[in-house]
Amino acid sequence: MATAPVIIAVRDVVNRFGTQTVHDGVSFDVHAGEVFGIVGGSGSGKSVLLKTMLGLRRPDAGVVEVEGRDITQMSDAELRDVKRRYGVTFQHGALFTSLSVTENIILPLVEAHRLQEATLQSLAELRLRMVGLPVEAGAKFPAQLSGGMIKRAALARALALDPVLLFLDEPTAGLDPIAATAFDDLVLYLRRTLGLTVVMVTHDLDTLARTCDRVAVLVDRKVIVDTLPGIVRNEHPWIREYFHGARGRVIDGQQGGAGHGA
Amino acid sequence: METASSRMPEEAYFNARVDADQAQLLLAGDCRAADLAELESVLAAWRAAGARSLDLSEAGAFDIGPAWLLRRALADCDTAPQMRGSLPGHFAYLDELLAGGSARTADRPPPPRQPPALAQLGRQIEARLHSWYEALTYGGQVISTAGGAWASLKRLRIPSIVRHAYETGYQAVPVVAVIAFLISVISAYISAQQLRPYGGEIFTVDVVAIGVLRELGVLLTAIMVAGRTGSAYAAELGVMKLNDEVDALESMGINPYEVLVLPRILGLVIALPLLTIVADFMGLLGGAMLTRYLIDLPWPQFFTRLDEAVGPTTFWAGLVKAPVFGLLIGLTGTLRGLQVRDSSRELGRLTTVAVVQSIFLVIFADALFAIFFLEIDF
Repeated sequence: MATAPVIIAVRDVVNRFGTQTVHDGVSFDVHAGEVFGIVGGSGSGKSVLLKTMLGLRRPDAGVVEVEGRDITQMSDAELRDVKRRYGVTFQHGALFTSLSVTENIILPLVEAHRLQEATLQSLAELRLRMVGLPVEAGAKFPAQLSGGMIKRAALARALALDPVLLFLDEPTAGLDPIAATAFDDLVLYLRRTLGLTVVMVTHDLDTLARTCDRVAVLVDRKVIVDTLPGIVRNEHPWIREYFHGARGRVIDGQQGGAGHGA
Repeated sequence: METASSRMPEEAYFNARVDADQAQLLLAGDCRAADLAELESVLAAWRAAGARSLDLSEAGAFDIGPAWLLRRALADCDTAPQMRGSLPGHFAYLDELLAGGSARTADRPPPPRQPPALAQLGRQIEARLHSWYEALTYGGQVISTAGGAWASLKRLRIPSIVRHAYETGYQAVPVVAVIAFLISVISAYISAQQLRPYGGEIFTVDVVAIGVLRELGVLLTAIMVAGRTGSAYAAELGVMKLNDEVDALESMGINPYEVLVLPRILGLVIALPLLTIVADFMGLLGGAMLTRYLIDLPWPQFFTRLDEAVGPTTFWAGLVKAPVFGLLIGLTGTLRGLQVRDSSRELGRLTTVAVVQSIFLVIFADALFAIFFLEIDF
């Protein structure tokens, strides 16, 4: 992994809200083609970090480079071009409730390009197939979908513009273990076949173990990045509590198999 | 001959060319999602020309979307075109995707057929009747909740009622006062002009006083409140409904009619008569000022004339309608809010319906009152 090119470089990022400092010099790299997990306690600034990487929030200090270009200094127009390179899914799907699934998926395409209706329908069908939804689901409205289908539909919308980067916020939260495992497999499959780079915020230890090549832990306003076995061995008290607490044993047992090598 | 190209930084330009005579399509460079529109138009031109050969020898990398469109176009060809160069790498992945189903769009379910006109009419009538039935049921539920709530002060939620009366009444005083003042000035001005040729300018006072006290004061106030509060009730309850907050209340064994609906309606029933008194006062003030300056009627004489023009019931004939209007607006706003389900568009639609219907109901009820008062000579 270490030899793959760096696709996102976060350098000495500082985020403050008033007198409260959320990030104090956070630095890490995300390599092309890897699945990168972000974990941290409530209020540790996971969402703020994600927004900073997405260019939705300008950090108070520091640099975020996406494909070698500093997005913190960009004009809005340049930033829009960068945004077309990535897809995002939000924690609760954030599908537009007044549009059908197909209309949700083609919305970014309609906004970005002039295409025939038949082409749009065909592309929507492609995205539905890519995320493993039946083609009939396209005519349904978000309120008619189950939680797992909403996550998949949101992923289909995120894939609409053929992104190279995928940001997933809690992709498996609220799913049953079978659906969560299926979603993990889907992410891995897309990563393998399309060479996507995936950045995900997750609290699901199984998802971390199954999918993530490397993990960033937000503690004490800093970040610690390592492979999962490396993180699990870390002596920091919060990290010990996180991975070795009552809920952490699942990971413990898999220590050997989870890593993909540093 | 059709040429199209587009710019992508640090990548090979996408370049597509259709040779209409040979029915040949040449694709060169990287084909990204940004090139979808060009690809679509050259594919259409190529197929129109007959789609006999395809040259991919200079083609670079394809994104999934463009690869899918190209694959679709190839699948739609009657005879396989002559190929040069190799197919995009993603074709294997797309084959894998399609392994379970056919590549054609035809397997999508056909759009539902329009039922015959008579059936549509019947369905619309049924929907209308059902909506009346729903409104009646709702009214009944509110009344039975109200009946139960009288039993104890706690269940009546006095603080909540006061808050809603404050928000819908006190905070609406400025706008209601200004509107009432202006409308009465306008009606006084017009009637003074019409009455002048007959030398009856003094009757302007009658027109303004009776008009404002019996009709204009209460009606304008009700319409203002319907726009202001009817929409607010529908939107508040609608968002709570979308957020499952109403279900959450019910799951705690709390009656949502008791905590959400009844205080809102009672607050409005209290606030609207009070607002009407403000509107009446401002209306008479406007009339007095206009007659003072337009027909030089001194203040004392205005009030003497006012006393003669207004009967003992005139003021009450207006005021007694206010709680009824308040009830209608409150019922409509809360009912439409609770009918919101599933989508943000429903929220907007039902908020609009709440305002339009409550204004309609207010005016309709006003007409009934007019006939009724005429019959009983009130």
